[in-house]
Amino acid sequence: MGSIQLKQVRKDFAGIAVINGVDLNVENGEFTVFVGPSGCGKSTLLRLIAGLEDISSGQILIDGVDVSAVGPSQRGLSMVFQSYALYPHMSVRNNIAFALKMAKLPTDVIDQKVKKAAGILNLTDYLDRKPRQLSGGQRQRVAIGRAIVREPKAFLFDEPLSNLDAALRVQMRLEIGDLHHSLKTTMIYVTHDQVEAMTMADKIVVLNKGSVAQIGSPLELYNRPQNLFVARFIGSPTMNLVTGPSAAKRGAATIGVRPEHVSLSTSEGEWPAKVRIAEHLGSDTFVYVEADGIGPMTARLAGEAPGENGQRVFITPQEPRLHLFDKDGLRIKR
Amino acid sequence: MALKQTMRRRVGVTAAAWLVAFLIFFPILWMFLTSFKTEADAYAIPPKFLFFHWTTENYAEVQSRVDYFLHAYNSIVLSIGANLAGLLIAIPAAWSMAFAPTKRTKDLLMWMLSTKMMPSAGVFMAVYFLFLRAHLLDSRWGVGFLLMMANLPILAWMLYTYFKEIPVDILEAARMDGASLLNEIIYVLTPMAVPGIASTMLLAIILSWNEAFWTLNLTNVTAAPLTNMIASFSSPEGDFWALLSAASVLAIAPILVLGWFSQKQLVRGLTFGAVK
Repeated sequence: MGSIQLKQVRKDFAGIAVINGVDLNVENGEFTVFVGPSGCGKSTLLRLIAGLEDISSGQILIDGVDVSAVGPSQRGLSMVFQSYALYPHMSVRNNIAFALKMAKLPTDVIDQKVKKAAGILNLTDYLDRKPRQLSGGQRQRVAIGRAIVREPKAFLFDEPLSNLDAALRVQMRLEIGDLHHSLKTTMIYVTHDQVEAMTMADKIVVLNKGSVAQIGSPLELYNRPQNLFVARFIGSPTMNLVTGPSAAKRGAATIGVRPEHVSLSTSEGEWPAKVRIAEHLGSDTFVYVEADGIGPMTARLAGEAPGENGQRVFITPQEPRLHLFDKDGLRIKR
Repeated sequence: MALKQTMRRRVGVTAAAWLVAFLIFFPILWMFLTSFKTEADAYAIPPKFLFFHWTTENYAEVQSRVDYFLHAYNSIVLSIGANLAGLLIAIPAAWSMAFAPTKRTKDLLMWMLSTKMMPSAGVFMAVYFLFLRAHLLDSRWGVGFLLMMANLPILAWMLYTYFKEIPVDILEAARMDGASLLNEIIYVLTPMAVPGIASTMLLAIILSWNEAFWTLNLTNVTAAPLTNMIASFSSPEGDFWALLSAASVLAIAPILVLGWFSQKQLVRGLTFGAVK
């Protein structure tokens, strides 16, 4: 069982609210991702759940029990750190076994569990090596192995893939996904990479300056962003936002349309623009334009599309795919 | 051309380094040589460098006059014992300053260091009378305790700088793994800090070994370390230089050997704070 609840959790550092009254429900077995720009408080929130920092007010409940006053070693959670934080003076075997040793389990039980965890993560051949003799990906696996072997109520991941190269990151992303599938344990994952968030999460919590901007499934956040911040944060390239008469005539202060939901024409359309640059990727073409009276916009077109610097074009949004926002930046429901 | 210049430069620098080293080592070398001279040769002008009648009579005299092994034993026990005890206090203190600092931590560190700036003579009378009343004069426990207290600021400071080098997330990982604070210090912090602890201990042992003021004034017979032994050869009859040299060589021999074998750690310990 690994359900986690946060009730009005606040964290102040030197009088400044770093976490500003967060309410959150993580169901047992869910893969929840905390995502947001640097400094939004996602790592702090994770550390509060782990118990590595104390909350200033509010409650944290694990399986219905208030753990706000309980230390990190007693909460039954495991954490995988961005820097892996392996014990440099211990072998891989002892790194993984350490938690079990702290729990005073008998030696044969420890050996068995370590062997099992090493098997799951392909570490059996490396058990007697020291961390400095391992590659980045192997160290990452040891960090995960150390977390698994405790059979915790939930796993906490603090940007675990940031230090890996791109190819390894994709591979590890899939492996972590497989792990979640087989272990079915609750996982809370912090990242600034929205691709990781969108591909791995059952539920995404978007954080901005210490507050929750929106909680929802990846597609909910993509299709129905509740405010301008989420609209701009999710989706790459960023959503096009337009204010002024185009928005006013549709009854909104700002309208947004994703680059993949516009069409480009050389003859007619809603917004006249001049092409700044076109990026041809083969599978897609990204056309960056300067729209008259609006500013920069992006269009994403399938396959190969023509587009030259300085060319005059027209951009038209697909009406059903428009997002409307009021003057406070909140979504207007249609 | 460039290669020749670099070679010349290297030879020049090496020669200069050797010269400086020789100059610094010279007093000890002279002392060593003098210990093998007769008293007459020791006083000779012009001074005799290598060509004199080598004799071991001074060493025999030292052995007959004092109990070298008692003094050596006391030096060893006091230096090592006082600093081991100091470690037990300094490790938790340095932990708290490095990993749980408060607003006052910096002030605390400066204040600790400031106590080393105070001359021992300033508190001599107070300490002497305290020891007198507590029947601690000429006892190993007494002077050992004082040596420990004198070194605590250095132990705490040096350990603090070493602990700050340890990434805090490794300790946090230990906490997440269920380690209590004591376990965290024993199983994770201390093994990682062993080189730092070793350097600190070496420096502290050397400082305690050489501590003359308190050992001379607070010990007499039972607890007297090698510093007392050297001083006992400075008598009202005059300084017997050859004899004094022999006693001094015997007194510093153990610590010179220790220093020679641990020079890497010593250099690291002494220069560590500077590099960061």
